[in-house]
Amino acid sequence: MTNPQKNHVLRPAPRPARLPRCPTGIQGLDEITGGGLPRGRPTLVCGGAGCGKTLLAAEFLVRGAVQFDEPGVLMAFEETEPELNANVASLGFDLAGLVRRKKILVDYVHIEPGEIQESGDYDLEGLFVRINHAIDTIGAKRVVLDTLEALFSGLRNEAILRAELCRLFRWLKDKGVTAVITAERGREQLTRHGLEEYVSDCVILLDHRVNDQIATRHLRVVKYRGAMHGTNEFPFLIGETGISVLPITSLSLNHQVSTERIATGIPRLDAMLGGRGFFRGSSVLLTGTPGTGKTIISANFAHAAARRGERVLFFSFEESPNQIIRNLHSIGLRLEPLVKRGLLRFHSARPSLYGLEMHLATMFKEIAEFKPHVVIVDPITSLMDSGTDSECKGMVTRLIDYLKGGQVTTLFTSLTQGGHALQQSEAAMSSLMDSWILLQDYEGNGERNRVLYVLKARGMAHSNQIREFLISDRGIDVVDAYIGPSGVLTGSARAAQHSLEKAAVLASQQEAAQLEREVERKRAALERQISGLRADHETEAVELRRIAEQVGTRTFVLGTERAASGRLRQADIKVATGRRGHVRAEKLPA
Amino acid sequence: MKTKTPKRPAAAPRPSGKRWQLRLYVTGQTMRSLTALTNLKKICENHLAGEYSITVIDLLKQPQLARGDQILAVPTVVRKLPKPVRILIGNLSDTECVLVGLDLRVES
Repeated sequence: MTNPQKNHVLRPAPRPARLPRCPTGIQGLDEITGGGLPRGRPTLVCGGAGCGKTLLAAEFLVRGAVQFDEPGVLMAFEETEPELNANVASLGFDLAGLVRRKKILVDYVHIEPGEIQESGDYDLEGLFVRINHAIDTIGAKRVVLDTLEALFSGLRNEAILRAELCRLFRWLKDKGVTAVITAERGREQLTRHGLEEYVSDCVILLDHRVNDQIATRHLRVVKYRGAMHGTNEFPFLIGETGISVLPITSLSLNHQVSTERIATGIPRLDAMLGGRGFFRGSSVLLTGTPGTGKTIISANFAHAAARRGERVLFFSFEESPNQIIRNLHSIGLRLEPLVKRGLLRFHSARPSLYGLEMHLATMFKEIAEFKPHVVIVDPITSLMDSGTDSECKGMVTRLIDYLKGGQVTTLFTSLTQGGHALQQSEAAMSSLMDSWILLQDYEGNGERNRVLYVLKARGMAHSNQIREFLISDRGIDVVDAYIGPSGVLTGSARAAQHSLEKAAVLASQQEAAQLEREVERKRAALERQISGLRADHETEAVELRRIAEQVGTRTFVLGTERAASGRLRQADIKVATGRRGHVRAEKLPA
Repeated sequence: MKTKTPKRPAAAPRPSGKRWQLRLYVTGQTMRSLTALTNLKKICENHLAGEYSITVIDLLKQPQLARGDQILAVPTVVRKLPKPVRILIGNLSDTECVLVGLDLRVES
């Protein structure tokens, strides 16, 4: 099989014997299938009525012609050319123009049920001739047969039909065209007439399901012979630019990351986040029970960003823009000048307006148009009602991936019910978030007070403490909550505790001062005592000295008298007596 | 096979002026095509002697003509005249079906 479009075939891994792919150009589908449909082989697209088979096939052709320079043939068994033109024009495809430029050839195969009379043996060579002629006319590389099953209503001899269809698919393969065959979903099998028996290379199943009154389209690659493919069901939608399949798994985690930090608009909150706020391009989750101030904090963030001159897109799923503006005016945040300057844009929609995928598509579109620096989704939980948990997680993942890819900082608020399930219910979503701030009510002393924690903040040394935040007409103020032996105190209890502490401090200060004075007093008393004693001592010393002198004198006198009497008696003790008397006389005055 | 090579598909079979105008679409001279032509001629001779014309169109030679009469199966007989158009497919071995298909029953 020749493959002139090799350069378009995605080859992510060096795998030698890989089936060549034919890229569809349909957003997301090529990612699921690892590059596109099997080149040169027929692919069966089946699904119920109105699930988008024809559109998928038409988009395959149009994109092939426009993006990959592969002309295509559309054999339409159900719709006439003008009908098809009108249908695909609503998706922005200029089918008629492509037909004029000979990029696409549309052949309407009309089969009126019951009109054809059969007599004897026949084959479908006529159809082969037509397809062949169409392919050769424009050098088609792609063929769409939409829908072959119309044959079953026109021709009664099913044995012939089946044999011919089998031959047709083989013939298409031999012809080397990449074909898409659409078929109606059957009750117990993939297609009503079992076409999947003949098309064995690739089968894609489309589905349109209604969950809680909201319809979502799904696409699943049932089979892709000889290739790895995403086997999950992927939601897809038909938007203004065609089909977009929204795969979750295809998105790789290789976003650019920024080290730039952006302030939250609340200085104390910035301080809690390592001092400088969120990372640019990060995703932030703000969860809280009703009335904890989620919208206010997010609006504050929006306000701060817009004031810095950044564009902010505010998706509101609960309140109208005017209501948000009015409410925030009451706390001193003036948003309407920012709206007028085009820095802040609101997008309000009821969550139940349409399905999750449509919401996502609308959001993508708004984001692509406005190119915001900051996106706020308030609250993401409203959207959760539009789908199942896994769908929502998928949607949030896709949204985050999309926004991160564009370095857009995103703040999601999430409404949680009270009780302990709070953190549990958010666990699925929170793992996708870079930062998670939890707002909570503290009830006690007959009042409710708001507190916030930073539960996590990837890549920054964030505060582990609980903070109380106050909302006043001057805005938001984050204050330290009282944390002491009796637990966390907020509001008036915190104030009371605060004054109690103040009083205690005062008391202890006073006590300390008193003790100080006491010490001083005692010292003074001691001093006094010491000086008294010294005075006593002085007096005593003088007296003693006087006595000593008297004693010395007396001793000398006695000595002299004794020496004199010794001399008289002829004794020899002169020296000893004289010395003792001298020593005493020397010592005493000291 | 008396086929012509017209420039435009619409102008392919010349109107012959006969009341019954039939076209037989075939792809090459297959067994089935020949059988169909033989069968058709026989039936027409039996029921419409002198009043019919048969144009055989070989789609292998003029594939563009398949579109005009919405040909899928071959052999196909298209009754262009009298109106309304009738389509009959197969090798025409079942005469009864052919008569019903061409609406000859009532005519004869």
